[in-house]
Amino acid sequence: MAAERRKAPRPGLVLDVDRATPPILFHHGEGFRLERLPAGRSRIIYPAEPLAGLRDPAASIREALLNPLDSDPLPALLRPGMKLTIAFDDVSLPLPPMRRPDIRQRVIEEVLDMAAAAGVDDVHLIAALALHRRMTDDELRHALGDRIFDAFAPQGALYNHDAEDPDGMVELGCTKHDELVTMNRRAAESDLLVYVNINLVSMDGGWKSTATGLADYRSLRHHHNVHTMQNSRSFMDRPNSELHNSNWRQGEIIKASGPRIFQIETTVNNNTFGYDGAMSVLQKREWEWSARDRGTYLAMQTGLKAMPASARRSVFNRWLAPYEMTSVQAGAVEPVHESTTANVLAQHLVAVQGQTDVLTMGLPYICPYNVNSVMNPILVMCLGLGYFFNLYRGKPLVRAGGVVIMSHPTRREFHPVHHPSYIDFFEQVLADTTDPAELEAKYEAQFAEEEWYIHLYRNSYAYHGVHPFYMWYWGAHALQYLGRVIVVGGDPAAVRRMGFQPASTLSDALEMASDVVGPAPTITHIHNPPILMADVE
Amino acid sequence: MGVTDDLGLKQLRGRLPSPVRALRARSFPLRAPTLPSGVAPLPEPQRTGVDFDTNWSRCWSARMLRAGFVEGPMRLMVQLLASPRRLGSDRLADVEGAVIFASNHHSHLDTPLLLTSLPEPWRHKVVVGAAADYFFATRAVSTMSALLIGAIPIERAKVGRRSADLAANLIDEGWSLLIYPEGGRSPDGWGQPFRGGAAYLALRCKIPVVPIHLSGTGEILRKGRRLPRPSQARVTFGSPLAPEPDERAHRFATRIEAAVAALADEAATDWYSARKRAHSGSSGAMTGPDAGAWRRKWALGDKSNQPSLLSARRWPDL
Repeated sequence: MAAERRKAPRPGLVLDVDRATPPILFHHGEGFRLERLPAGRSRIIYPAEPLAGLRDPAASIREALLNPLDSDPLPALLRPGMKLTIAFDDVSLPLPPMRRPDIRQRVIEEVLDMAAAAGVDDVHLIAALALHRRMTDDELRHALGDRIFDAFAPQGALYNHDAEDPDGMVELGCTKHDELVTMNRRAAESDLLVYVNINLVSMDGGWKSTATGLADYRSLRHHHNVHTMQNSRSFMDRPNSELHNSNWRQGEIIKASGPRIFQIETTVNNNTFGYDGAMSVLQKREWEWSARDRGTYLAMQTGLKAMPASARRSVFNRWLAPYEMTSVQAGAVEPVHESTTANVLAQHLVAVQGQTDVLTMGLPYICPYNVNSVMNPILVMCLGLGYFFNLYRGKPLVRAGGVVIMSHPTRREFHPVHHPSYIDFFEQVLADTTDPAELEAKYEAQFAEEEWYIHLYRNSYAYHGVHPFYMWYWGAHALQYLGRVIVVGGDPAAVRRMGFQPASTLSDALEMASDVVGPAPTITHIHNPPILMADVE
Repeated sequence: MGVTDDLGLKQLRGRLPSPVRALRARSFPLRAPTLPSGVAPLPEPQRTGVDFDTNWSRCWSARMLRAGFVEGPMRLMVQLLASPRRLGSDRLADVEGAVIFASNHHSHLDTPLLLTSLPEPWRHKVVVGAAADYFFATRAVSTMSALLIGAIPIERAKVGRRSADLAANLIDEGWSLLIYPEGGRSPDGWGQPFRGGAAYLALRCKIPVVPIHLSGTGEILRKGRRLPRPSQARVTFGSPLAPEPDERAHRFATRIEAAVAALADEAATDWYSARKRAHSGSSGAMTGPDAGAWRRKWALGDKSNQPSLLSARRWPDL
């Protein structure tokens, strides 16, 4: 049956809940909940089943490099004596990290093979991480494979982008909106910059790859701010995203004053938890769970409950998704990204009629900023109100003034190495205000310029001091738009610190929501992950 | 009295049926026919070499036993002797079905090392092409070879279709084949020219060849040495090579040899440098300089004279 589905994957589904609908799976951090939604006024949006992966990924990559969109073939751009830089997406993609060989390894090996054939000696590889934490050697090795790592890392030709290196950045110019464009010096001074991307959601890729990934704070603050996020409808929908408009303006400057760019973008399918094995139950529809699936789920729940939180986290962090590559395109940034977005949407879009009063979501254990780390309360907010809320095209799934109910333990715990500035943000800034505009005006510059955070970003494995602000801005539109945010099963103190309301159970949360949206509200549950994007009419 | 008793016993024995007499009295067809004079006897059917029947070694019970042996004692032995480093198996991520694994060959340790290094799903559905004149020389050795390493006999002294037909039939049934295209262990530490068997089978069965490079096993148990000396070995899997349209076996074999040579270069330097040399055709052959024995030995360096881990720890004799 699974094999048949792989050949003919079913599209996404909007299920109207009736009395026969079984309890629905809610992700709940490093655990799960089965919740029964009220019949007659609830609906559940299920993601599409995984599209078929490319039959021969290596051949498809070569085909894309040899027949690029609006560009000469890659071999024609390579010559002996040139300066070649290959930049690639960092550890935040894909989610969860994928099984080896990672797509970056597949693509970069093909690129390097062509560079080797052309006799290119001066090659650098840079993890384009903007203000994210540096990737560890193990993470680089996982993303690029042993061969690339062993060939380039010992010579210092494989490294992380450093946005705070005083000699490592160059200014390329300003946009007509007076937005400064900066870029990693090595990348900017290269004869050719090859960017290798993984598009997990439609927000990724395009000019955002280079204009954000290889930039510094001075450049990023022009689009990573409250105004931009509140004026993006949504930032997952590029034509209606102010975030992307700004990046595209910066892209024009890069095109005029920066290096020649050869963009390679790839997409993956929805095969997050596999077609078989224990985790596969998480991407099945509940009424289709077999006796084995039910047994697996019960065993998993019992086992997880018996473990301490750190062991649970460790179990989940070890999960590597068996993603399959569904497309690869290369060439000039704009046409490549257009094609990529169409491929992403083919997997993610689910047509939904109308908005809802209450939107429910089960938040999983991972978001882009806690790979091999801890999901702290600020990241819970970012995942729920930033990513999940914005996974729409057209209108938000929930009406203006509606309620979002998130399910997550929301523990007051932080990774001290990865997220040092988050701790201060949570304890100092959120204790003062949760209003994005106010905290932006009052605290952002202080955190962004703090020498200690800069030191930790450059020399340890810390996110930049300003990063928790960006996480908060990511949810700025939702905060402005919603009547209330309720967190089910979260630590009450942590939830209240963020200005949300805690609830013990979903029933309690729905009761509390009715204070805002009236009695018997309509409810929509977004059954995510695997990822879906609602196309709301 | 005594004499009378003895005679009575003899008479009694003569009346009882005797098994010996019954056997002697057996006649054709119960007994084998005698050979008429002037007629040459039929040759005795060969039960060794390429004629050894290995079908039984692929039944489920033999496979279970072999899997237990490979994962248990063999893996332990390989770990103790070779502490292997296994690289490049990610290159097989997109391969499905049977393949031919083609490796260079230095030592009797190569097969155990490879059998414990092949990734799933091939590890326990692979047959090993083994020299018919060595691994199938006697019934006992043949049985052990077939049972413990899944060997099938490959004729290397003369050209014959039996080995190729057997291997091709097994590949068609979904079995992968591990083969050493050099035809035997290296006599001096350098590689030997690749023969065309692996390429021929790949073309005939339309399956890819996975080049493999082994290094270090020669230092552990090279040809001519009886006892192993622990050292470190390295296994590097290459990208699968598919025959090109209209490609001949000889040309394909050359490509396979070049791929293994590039892997050898990769093992000695790094991947990118090796790729650059491979593209410029300067990877260098594994067969060493075309010179006299001492110069070939000289060019190998002192690798073969390195002390073993065990001897290195010994106190000197004073």
